[in-house]
Amino acid sequence: MTAVATQARAETIAEGDDLVVTLGGDWRITGPVPAWRTARGDRAPRAVRFRVEGLERWDSSLVLFVFEVQSWCGAKTLCDTTALPDTVRRLVGQLEQAQAKRVPADHSRNFLATVGLAAIDVRRQIREFADFVGECTLSAIGLIKRPGRFRWRDCILEMQQCGAMAVPIVSLSSFLVGLTLAYTGAIILRQFGGDIWVADIVGLSTLREMGAVMTGVVLAGRTGAAFAAQIGNMKANEEIDALETLGIAPVDFLVIPRLVALTLMTPLLAMYANCLGIFGGMVVSATVLEIPPSAYWIETQSNIDLADVSVSLIKSVIFGMLIAVASCLRGLQAERSAAGVGRAATSAVVTSILLLIVADAVFAVLFNVLGL
Amino acid sequence: MNGKPATAVDAPVPLAPPPAIAVEDLECRYGDTVVLSGVSFSVREGELFFVIGGSGCGKSTLLRHLIGLKKPARGTVRYSGENFTNDDLAARRNLLKTFGVLYQNAALWSSMTLRENVALPLEQYTTLNRRERDEIVTLKLAQVELAGYEEFFPAELSGGMRKRAGLARALALDPRIVFFDEPSAGLDPVTSRKLDELILQIRESLGTTMVIVSHELASIFTLADRVIMLDHEARGIIAEGRPRELADASDDPRVREFLTRGEEKAYTGASK
Repeated sequence: MTAVATQARAETIAEGDDLVVTLGGDWRITGPVPAWRTARGDRAPRAVRFRVEGLERWDSSLVLFVFEVQSWCGAKTLCDTTALPDTVRRLVGQLEQAQAKRVPADHSRNFLATVGLAAIDVRRQIREFADFVGECTLSAIGLIKRPGRFRWRDCILEMQQCGAMAVPIVSLSSFLVGLTLAYTGAIILRQFGGDIWVADIVGLSTLREMGAVMTGVVLAGRTGAAFAAQIGNMKANEEIDALETLGIAPVDFLVIPRLVALTLMTPLLAMYANCLGIFGGMVVSATVLEIPPSAYWIETQSNIDLADVSVSLIKSVIFGMLIAVASCLRGLQAERSAAGVGRAATSAVVTSILLLIVADAVFAVLFNVLGL
Repeated sequence: MNGKPATAVDAPVPLAPPPAIAVEDLECRYGDTVVLSGVSFSVREGELFFVIGGSGCGKSTLLRHLIGLKKPARGTVRYSGENFTNDDLAARRNLLKTFGVLYQNAALWSSMTLRENVALPLEQYTTLNRRERDEIVTLKLAQVELAGYEEFFPAELSGGMRKRAGLARALALDPRIVFFDEPSAGLDPVTSRKLDELILQIRESLGTTMVIVSHELASIFTLADRVIMLDHEARGIIAEGRPRELADASDDPRVREFLTRGEEKAYTGASK
């Protein structure tokens, strides 16, 4: 027959001015335990005395209870724990000491300090980025002088990863963007009976903006995060240190192959995205607007020229470079921990997309000035 | 001068060869925090030298300064008399190839096979052709008892094997000095002892100077010719000498406590 555990008890009886607390039963932190507030009611005794009667098993719950009683008693009321088991008293003592020892930690900062620190941090980041771009340039020049040192195999592997492997997602996103553009254009143009100009809207906006930008965003999310995570993980694992102590610059070994791969692959993907965007518009025109594909194609051809294609190419080359540089830098800056690698990947995507949008705005102004 | 050529008299007395490593008045900082200050010691050619001390005393920081991953705030590090801490990049690179490092987690390049890992230093610093490189890789892997594992990736190996592969890579260029960062960290006692044996064996066959950062007492007592002990509060060296002698007769209770795992303290406490 197994003994049934009895519930934890804390019975209070007034003896003169004193309050006697009789502890008994099975005190489990996972089970129900009496609360001191209900046990004492609204009595205000001169002293609290503990007694033990039929105490079976106990754990931290009893220690907490006794500690609560002691804290309630404070300096004014006497708290007599002599009847309690020694181990309970020792643990309560430990808890008391630990509570007293708490080191005050103030992590709060005032508003001005926060803004100031953030401003300093932005300046530091810009400088680090500029330093890194400089380092990459020097390294690239060094590798041009001695092309034997360039790691072609890594570069080709990265090309496959960031180029060929990205084709499905780039296809889907650019096709859908073309489709959406065609629908949006049709809403307005239909009112004027100018359905055919949907081809111009889709063609121009895809070539001049959406193709390169969408490819950039997809690559920032896909490849940028991967670069930062790979390099960050290598840093956490001391692999970067191992390169440095061999006298191999991590930039030569890790950054330049990735930079070359992404700079070559982004324009190719952007051109492919442009084609699919135009194709998306053509599908909408053929099915919804009833414009035959041949008419759509002729209209597209009549309105876009080599300048538009070159705009897309120039943009995508620069986008590729920016994504590669930003993500590799974030990877190399990563803290040496799992959380650090995660933050580096996030930060790589955010920085890449931000730089991409800034660069796109700069291009808009620049091409306008150049009349491209 | 009795007809003796003047040069023979004026020539400086031949000095003893410079130590393999000479550290003078090194100060290591992280930002504004001084981790170590006024650290000076030297390591003789072929010596098995341990840097010991409790967690957070700056052992790994010292190592990072010795191998050039951190620039000292002050002081110099010389390898066989050549300054390693100046800004001459070419001279530094020349010195870099004379030493190998075994990192705490082996730090094998995870995207490369063991063959490629061991071959990379050879590609970087030698003009050997591919076949010759492969032969050296096979030899180095055999030295660490990993023959036949050339085409394995680091992730496919156990912790002990990775450490040994890391050692093979560190030995690839037949370095004069090998640095070890906590070689027995994360290894079971038997594997750890085998690694110690391997270290001794390599020292005997190649005469390599070895600098080992560790707090593994068993390794310290079996391997070390000499140790320096660092201390967090002193921010520098608090003891230098043979480990057994320090454990038995150091004046500093912190040193005795460390080398006897604090058991000696309990003993003297009881005897008082």
